[in-house]
Amino acid sequence: MEQKDLSLYLHIPFCAKKCAYCDFLSASADKITYDLYIQSLLGEIDAYRGSALSQRKVKTIFIGGGTPSILPAEAIAKLLQKIKSVFHISDKDWGTIEISMEMNPGTVTYEKCLQYRDGGINRISIGLQSACDEELKLLGRIHDYQTFLDTFQSVRKAGFENVNVDLMAALPGQTIHSYTESLQKVIALSPEHISAYSLIIEEGTPFFERYREGGEAFGELPDEETERRMYRITQEMLAGAGYGRYEISNYARKGRECLHNEVYWRRGDYLGLGLGASSLIDHIRYKNEENLAQYLSYWKERQQEKLQDTSRRKNSERSCHSHIVPIYDEYYQTELCKLTAEDEMAEFMFLGLRMMEGVSPQEFFACFGKDLMDVYGNQIEKHLSLGLLAWKDDETEVCHTDAYHTDAQSANTRQVDIQHTDSRQINARQSYRKENGYQQEGRLCLTPDGIDVSNAIFVDFL
Amino acid sequence: MSTIDQSKIRNFCIVAHIDHGKSTLADRIIEMTGLLTEREMQAQVLDNMDLERERGITIKAQTVRTVYKAKDGEEYIFNLIDTPGHVDFNYEVSRSLAACDGAILVVDAAQGIEAQTLANVYLALDHNLDVFPVINKIDLPSADPERVKEEIEDVIGIEAHDAPLISAKNGIGIEDVLEAVVQKIPAPTGDPNAPLAALIFDSVYDSYKGVIVFCRIKEGCVKRGTQILMMATGAKADVVEVGYFGAGQFIPCEELSAGMVGYITASIKNVRDTMVGDTVTDAQNPCSEPLPGYKKVNSMVYCGMYPADGAKYPELRDALEKLQLNDAALHYEPETSIALGFGFRCGFLGLLHLEIIQERLEREYNLDLVTTAPGVVYKVYKTNGEMIELTNPSNLPDFSEIDHMEEPIVSAEIMVTTEFIGSIMELCQERRGVYLGMEYMEETRALIKYDLPLNEIIYDFFDALKSRSRGYASFDYELKGYQTAELVKLDILVNREEVDALSFIVHKDSAYERGRKMCEKLKEEIPRHLFEIPIQAAVGGKIVARETIKAMRKDVLAKCYGGDITRKKKLLEKQKEGKKRMRQIGNVEIPQKAFMSVLKLDDKK
Repeated sequence: MEQKDLSLYLHIPFCAKKCAYCDFLSASADKITYDLYIQSLLGEIDAYRGSALSQRKVKTIFIGGGTPSILPAEAIAKLLQKIKSVFHISDKDWGTIEISMEMNPGTVTYEKCLQYRDGGINRISIGLQSACDEELKLLGRIHDYQTFLDTFQSVRKAGFENVNVDLMAALPGQTIHSYTESLQKVIALSPEHISAYSLIIEEGTPFFERYREGGEAFGELPDEETERRMYRITQEMLAGAGYGRYEISNYARKGRECLHNEVYWRRGDYLGLGLGASSLIDHIRYKNEENLAQYLSYWKERQQEKLQDTSRRKNSERSCHSHIVPIYDEYYQTELCKLTAEDEMAEFMFLGLRMMEGVSPQEFFACFGKDLMDVYGNQIEKHLSLGLLAWKDDETEVCHTDAYHTDAQSANTRQVDIQHTDSRQINARQSYRKENGYQQEGRLCLTPDGIDVSNAIFVDFL
Repeated sequence: MSTIDQSKIRNFCIVAHIDHGKSTLADRIIEMTGLLTEREMQAQVLDNMDLERERGITIKAQTVRTVYKAKDGEEYIFNLIDTPGHVDFNYEVSRSLAACDGAILVVDAAQGIEAQTLANVYLALDHNLDVFPVINKIDLPSADPERVKEEIEDVIGIEAHDAPLISAKNGIGIEDVLEAVVQKIPAPTGDPNAPLAALIFDSVYDSYKGVIVFCRIKEGCVKRGTQILMMATGAKADVVEVGYFGAGQFIPCEELSAGMVGYITASIKNVRDTMVGDTVTDAQNPCSEPLPGYKKVNSMVYCGMYPADGAKYPELRDALEKLQLNDAALHYEPETSIALGFGFRCGFLGLLHLEIIQERLEREYNLDLVTTAPGVVYKVYKTNGEMIELTNPSNLPDFSEIDHMEEPIVSAEIMVTTEFIGSIMELCQERRGVYLGMEYMEETRALIKYDLPLNEIIYDFFDALKSRSRGYASFDYELKGYQTAELVKLDILVNREEVDALSFIVHKDSAYERGRKMCEKLKEEIPRHLFEIPIQAAVGGKIVARETIKAMRKDVLAKCYGGDITRKKKLLEKQKEGKKRMRQIGNVEIPQKAFMSVLKLDDKK
């Protein structure tokens, strides 16, 4: 059987300062901790040497955080070299795989960027979030817009031709006007890729505490309708500037879609390395130890064992696991969750539908041996009748345009007519069968209205 | 145990207005008579339902036996029966009183006589009990025991000059109360050699012992092996165990004889065989006629109760059966709703009773319930001369078949400090009350009398009363009779579909207002869907109010990368779990609490 490709994710859990809205696993730390962490991470990568996973073809690498760019460039280069050797990546292949790294403005110089490039990085993702200094301050970011510009120029000057800029909508104090301005400024810089998220106030963040009690003093949050308009504007403006939306929050010039993230949405196998990193390998999801002290001491101990070579037995036990799956033993707290067929079908739907290309019944059948309409027929027909899902063939790009609901107010008038639902559903099914058959290529995807309420749609596939 | 001298037994209860310190006094008595050490003493021993402790009220009558060594050097057996104070539980009180020979009346030294003080005293006097007063909370700064004594003598007409002045909370004067029990409460009478006659005043179901019957032995005696006969149901059983009540436990003994209060277990399997109020006698040597039981109580308030999970219907039925065993005021019969499936139409004494039953079902029986809007019993006179008693609005005949309808009216007495008379009268007028008169109890307090339609007070009247009197008004009512009224059925349509479980009967004049509030409330309760949902209120097919739940516009997970997937999936699962707990009506998911929302149409004035 042909081995599945593998993507690698390296987590760098450090930031100069934690942002007020951030719920990712990250914190600020000192240089000694950085060093210890890099040693541990090198050890973790090395633990896969000779394993079955290391035989797989590496498709993409992503170094995320936190702020990976806070580490010295040499550290990044060292990590990549380790990966290259453990996973048997030839020089020829090295240049062809997508190797991304996240970067925050104000943490790099032109020289550092050059070193990243030499180390193997070929895609940079910069966390701008907003081009308005006022908004950046409210977010608790350490940079202003000018700092970002400097960083962006350094990245370009160092020769990076695949750059993403992260933007955020629905920020405290943000208006349609200021958001549009941020978008325009970014478009003017012409990055290859733009991610536009809306701020989600997550539990456990300072923002959550702040806005639970009103929080107007910290800048009012845009209302739902404004947020929705921001989403629509993003799509319109970026489409006008030549960026295609390929996922709910991601836009790219043709051919510059982030391959690594597509692996997540297409449920390809990926191995997460580092603190709290997640993996999906052969239908099992894993999660690494999340406590930094535990993580560091575990890898320190293993390093020493290796040097002394005292506990052969333990090592051999370990290796029988680590040859097939991510490191998993009683000392290293890795959670694991074996996915059932239902889990996988649900994931297939809610991850696949995030992409504008949607999901195909053929692929569904190939994965699960079941007919998509037999499993999810009711849900699909319900959302088809509500105009939230649509079938499209490969030629007509229904989902990329607003062809379905050009009226931005359409959701207001959206309603189900009880008398007609049944016949409509039957019609939808019949037309689907007639037009698409089961052999013909056809894909199910979100309409623009569907994107706005995608969560509520995904719930039905669980 | 040797035979107990009847003259050394005291069977008594404590009656009081709610919050006047009845349960606290009971605790002190138990403590003082050494039944429990202080360490074992948990505040309010007799309120052993979690619910009672939390709400600070007594729902079920509880009984406990203690031994008191009096100043005369003799040991007395006290059977103390704690009783509920709320008007909804009058029936419970009445049952307990039948087991007693006397009562302690607890009156708050600051508040004096309240509506339920009177109601409970009259109930006790009705049962021929000797009542003596105790003035509690004398340590309060606002205490005025002399005034309260005077009030007791004037209003109730019982002697109060030597009433013990106590603070149950701080243990002051408890000894005096115990002595007064010995001296003022008569010893029971009854011939231990006569044929057995015992009054069932309560019963509980125990999974090991079966039905445990609580009774007061009026005549004769009962012991292990006696074959007993329940006179009303005709059921026979052999006694397995008799005993009396420790604090929170059953203590077996040799026999129970005339004058004693205790329990009997007799491998009785069917809970229906032991009716509260029935007389237990010796099957071999029966008494000539049963003891007078209690008058049957009629439910005043009805509502539908449905299991949230339809598969739990049999469990709900069993739970109701068991609750009814020691709550004869609870009535139920099966019914079916299009929206809610199989359930029961249940009858209650009042709204608090309803709430308590609902909470007990949920807590003690682990059932998730959907409860429909409570209603009263209407009399519907049809054009063909037939009369039906309507407890479920869905069964209202077609408009054209109805000649007229009658609704229950209650006589209400509201005790209030004079400054709030105006606002309370205004409230009563709004609720279609008919003013009967007012009596000044003393300078600052008055008793207002109104006739009020019951359906106007079962929703939020009590809350409104409290809020308009800053908590000072107290309220008591009793059913007066039926009166013709212009009543209509208000239907609620969700997404153009009538939801039977949301229909209710309302006076024609308030139909519009109620309908409007109901729509507003449902708009709050029903989450936004992916499509627009009209909510309409209709009377006889005519729409009288409408609200619209706008379609959901925005619900996006902004990011979803490798590390987020498991977490985001959990979020979606949580969202789905929430949906599962809703009722599907057509395409609309309605949260279960929406069915109770009619209860909370409170006017925030």
